[in-house]
Amino acid sequence: MIDYIYLTILFPLLGFLINGLVGRKIKNEKIIGSIGAGAVGLAFLVTLFSFIELLGMPSDGRTRVVELFTWLKVAGLNIKFAYLVDQLSIVMSLIVTGVGFLIHVYSIGYMHGDKGFWRFFAYLNLFIFAMMNLVLGDNFLVLFLGWEGVGLCSYLLIGFYYDRKFEKGTVAEAAKKAFIVNRIGDFGFLLGMFLIYMTFDSLNFLEVFSKAAYFPVSETTFSLIALFLFIGATGKSAQIPLYVWLPDAMAGPTPVSALIHAATMVTAGVYMVARASIIFASAPAIMTVVAVVGLLTAFFAATIGLVQTDIKKVLAYSTVSQLGYMFLAAGVGAFGAAIFHVMTHAFFKALLFLGAGSVIHAMHEQQDIRNYGNLKKYMPVTYLTFLIAAFAIAGVPGLSGFFSKDEILWYSYSKGNLTFWIIGALTAVMTAFYMFRLVSLTFFGKERFSKDVHPHESPKVMTIPLIILAFLSVVGGYVGIPEIFSGEGGNALKNWFKPIFAPAEAKLRSYGSHSHFEELLLMGLSVAAAICAIYFAYIIYTQKREIADKTASSVKGLYNTLLNKYYIDEIYEASIIKPIQVISEKVLWKVTDNKLIDGIVNGSAKIIDFISSIVKKMQSGVAQFYALIMVLGISIALFWIILSL
Amino acid sequence: MENSSILTYLLLTPLLGSLILLFLKKEQENLIQWFGLAVSLAAFVISIVMLINFDQADGNFQLIQKVLWIEGLNVSYHVGVDGISVLLILLTTFITPLTLISTWGSIKKNIKLFTFFMLMLEAGMLGVFISLDLFLFYIFWEAMLIPMYFIIGVWGGENRIYASIKFFIYTMFGSLLMLVAIIWLAIDASSQLGMFTTNLLDLYKVGPSIARDIQNYLFLAFFFSFAIKVPLFPFHTWLPDAHVQAPTAGSVILAGVLLKMGTYGLIRFNLPLFPQAAVEFAPYISVLAVIGIIYGALVAMVQKDMKKLVAYSSVAHLGFVVLGIFAMTVESVQGAVIQMVNHGLSTGALFLLVGMIYERTHSREISYYGGIAKIVPVYATFLLIASLSSIGLPGMNGFIGEFLILIGSFKSQVLDNWWFTIFAASGVIFAAVYLLWMYQRVVFGKVTNTKLEDLTDMTGKEWLVLIPIFVFIFWIGIYPSTFLDMTESSTINILEQVQSFTIKLLN
Repeated sequence: MIDYIYLTILFPLLGFLINGLVGRKIKNEKIIGSIGAGAVGLAFLVTLFSFIELLGMPSDGRTRVVELFTWLKVAGLNIKFAYLVDQLSIVMSLIVTGVGFLIHVYSIGYMHGDKGFWRFFAYLNLFIFAMMNLVLGDNFLVLFLGWEGVGLCSYLLIGFYYDRKFEKGTVAEAAKKAFIVNRIGDFGFLLGMFLIYMTFDSLNFLEVFSKAAYFPVSETTFSLIALFLFIGATGKSAQIPLYVWLPDAMAGPTPVSALIHAATMVTAGVYMVARASIIFASAPAIMTVVAVVGLLTAFFAATIGLVQTDIKKVLAYSTVSQLGYMFLAAGVGAFGAAIFHVMTHAFFKALLFLGAGSVIHAMHEQQDIRNYGNLKKYMPVTYLTFLIAAFAIAGVPGLSGFFSKDEILWYSYSKGNLTFWIIGALTAVMTAFYMFRLVSLTFFGKERFSKDVHPHESPKVMTIPLIILAFLSVVGGYVGIPEIFSGEGGNALKNWFKPIFAPAEAKLRSYGSHSHFEELLLMGLSVAAAICAIYFAYIIYTQKREIADKTASSVKGLYNTLLNKYYIDEIYEASIIKPIQVISEKVLWKVTDNKLIDGIVNGSAKIIDFISSIVKKMQSGVAQFYALIMVLGISIALFWIILSL
Repeated sequence: MENSSILTYLLLTPLLGSLILLFLKKEQENLIQWFGLAVSLAAFVISIVMLINFDQADGNFQLIQKVLWIEGLNVSYHVGVDGISVLLILLTTFITPLTLISTWGSIKKNIKLFTFFMLMLEAGMLGVFISLDLFLFYIFWEAMLIPMYFIIGVWGGENRIYASIKFFIYTMFGSLLMLVAIIWLAIDASSQLGMFTTNLLDLYKVGPSIARDIQNYLFLAFFFSFAIKVPLFPFHTWLPDAHVQAPTAGSVILAGVLLKMGTYGLIRFNLPLFPQAAVEFAPYISVLAVIGIIYGALVAMVQKDMKKLVAYSSVAHLGFVVLGIFAMTVESVQGAVIQMVNHGLSTGALFLLVGMIYERTHSREISYYGGIAKIVPVYATFLLIASLSSIGLPGMNGFIGEFLILIGSFKSQVLDNWWFTIFAASGVIFAAVYLLWMYQRVVFGKVTNTKLEDLTDMTGKEWLVLIPIFVFIFWIGIYPSTFLDMTESSTINILEQVQSFTIKLLN
């Protein structure tokens, strides 16, 4: 099946073309939805069979390249449309098509009755097409094609309700912001590619990475490449300083938030860093940058998540924060752990968003959690699955989030340092707290919505994906049981990824050994703290709301700062966007173009006009005047001759 | 020497067509329109025959025809093509019929004269791309100004007289400098080769041996002429006026083909005729190109008139092309050549789309619009495709050009400085800003202007005009080899000529 891996790209493309070109005329939601979901379902099956085939191959030979045709060939540059199937890309593909399929199915219910139903599924299929190019591309340029393609789909889907308002602005503005902020990152990515091509004379992964292992390339070059690539990652994966688009991306329909802005697209940056692990591992300074940026983003976003009141906003900041964890892992050299968290996060965060969508549906588009309450009574499936996801993200032992987050925290200490661990653990505590603040305000406590709202459970087409994702959120972690429990070599996922990340790990410094006791102690501490946070959040937000209100009013300044997201958007607006606009309009256009350059152009025309207006007076037609000039001229000429004698 | 008449047929088709047109009655508007279309389609067919007879693997001039014209001056009717001219000829013969169709219904005043000028213009453009004699080239170069002058001046907007005169004087100024340089070159040939000649192939041998200080002056004379046509910052201020005042068809031809004459001239003349000067001036010109990329984008961003916005975006795009040419790597020059075509397609499509909505509302003000996605969804989709192509989204044409230019300029030995590429690459951000911002204000949001409510969506004629352009937008984006292979040998040929007198450019 691996030889047919391009089908995973072709099916969604066909789905996009059919729904995009004739979807408007089909009108039947069932047909449109089946085409959309079916295309991704088929892609998932192809991926699954390829995965099984890969499993049957020897662990050091699980790399296959499937070539389609030459894309760009000029001089030494030879780029093919080719797809690389290996341990890393197949895991990503399974996530994208698997979770993608569930979200497509869910959307059939969620988007029911929407005028743009066909458009929605066309865009969604286009997204899967682009995302599969991103994860399967065998070179940087095909990856970049997918990279920009998912950005476009993100733009189209955030702007899906293009005529609506969103917070202080409009949906269309949120969409544009996402695209442009991503483009800033892409600028870095492009430069990274140029430098790679200049250094290694290729953009092909296998060629570049094998050369990177032995080529005499300076650390400065590696650092620059890694830095440029990482700038790209901060855009796509919403890290400081380019995270600002993701919270606004919530203007899109909720399944979009689940698929693109939680489970798949935003993890593209993590995937790319993991893919280029050998380059990053050769640039230790940039590794530290990656880890620190990830850690700060994780912490910073979590603090904002504590006080948000829009259900999707809480989840959005939570996503930014979890992505930060993934970069923390990559930055300390635990690339496998980063991808592990990509996977578990895809399960539970997709579930959280879909659950939120179910709630929003039931509450007639109401998104403010202060206006929810006691919904467990009305929507038991949504409630239970949401609770499972919340436990998973909070790191409750036994659920998927526990395994991946614990692995990251442990590596942040064992491969990093204690400070990393402390900030990471604090973030975990905040995560547990804001998640259960959200759960408590939504599903427990008093009903705070108006009488004419009648919440109801969502239809099966929506709840079944929730149940499947809940199942995955529970068991998804058991592929990566820490070796402290499973014994040396007992972590299946780690073994799976070993051939991929071994070269990078070999390049990294070796670390002093740590005892099992340390590992257990730290694990116990973070788990205990998280469970306490869950408990306190539950108590405060179901029984003692006044504690929260009092705390908020006693630190009003801090509270408002958090509520307004540290005013980062306002700072960007005032310090970058406005000045560029004003300079472009008032200085470049109105002065340089219209006054200066055109002034010279029109001025020279005026000078010629002026001179000719003088000269033309001589052509008066009066013979006496001509005679006078002639006499004067002769006199001057004579005078000249006499003088020069 | 091989002798082929195909290029002459190609040139004569629109030329004779325009003359025959004069015998048609002014009132037979339908006939005139169909006749004009038929002539331009015939030219397209001939250009395809030319392509079939063209050998891509050979980087030299082919399909040559040479007839002595002015004996004493050794001036010949001497035509021939290499891959670069072939590609631009195809662009010309492809865009012209589409443009003619687009004017059906929108040009109402004196259709006969308009069609006449359009065909004259096509003949002039083809003449520029096939001339291998500088005298001949200069005639076509100048002759083209006249129909364009009238197209803007007669069928243009309110301020058309100012715009057409500005266009004329600006370009004329540059041309005169070039004329002086051509004469100088021909005289220099007398001392070097023993005969006065304007034959380009002979002058390729003469130019590089001219004393360096003189060579610099000659280089600059040609350069100014072409830089104004491109237009390169700061010689660009004629362009926004010309575009805004020109009728849609004028803008499409202007952006689609006419501007390419400038960049074509740089490749065909400046590089191979004066290689040492080209290498010496390359960094300075590249600075102007990069300024143009950023400047054009920033000024485009704050425009309130859609057409002016697209006009300024041309300044940015052509900046990329000039950067690619003067980076002098195979990648960057190939990128520049394909980007000329790309700009013709993307910007052509954008002008057509702006024109189509203008015909319905008679407004190009961005603020006049809003929310039209609901009313005219197909238009909205088409505008998105054209915008994304212009933004340079991978999978579409613009990306191929920009990527090759940037990756080539990054490793360029002539520029030898990353900052050119870094600043130029920031253009990819700004392009997204101005186009998406326009798109957002025109297409998204709520419909606030009630006059927009009965807008009609794309007509069959409009589909017919745009779909062929979109086909090539994706073709170049997904399988650019069709086009890149056409020009690669010629590009290498030109760089080899430069390299043989200067530093090493090719590996």
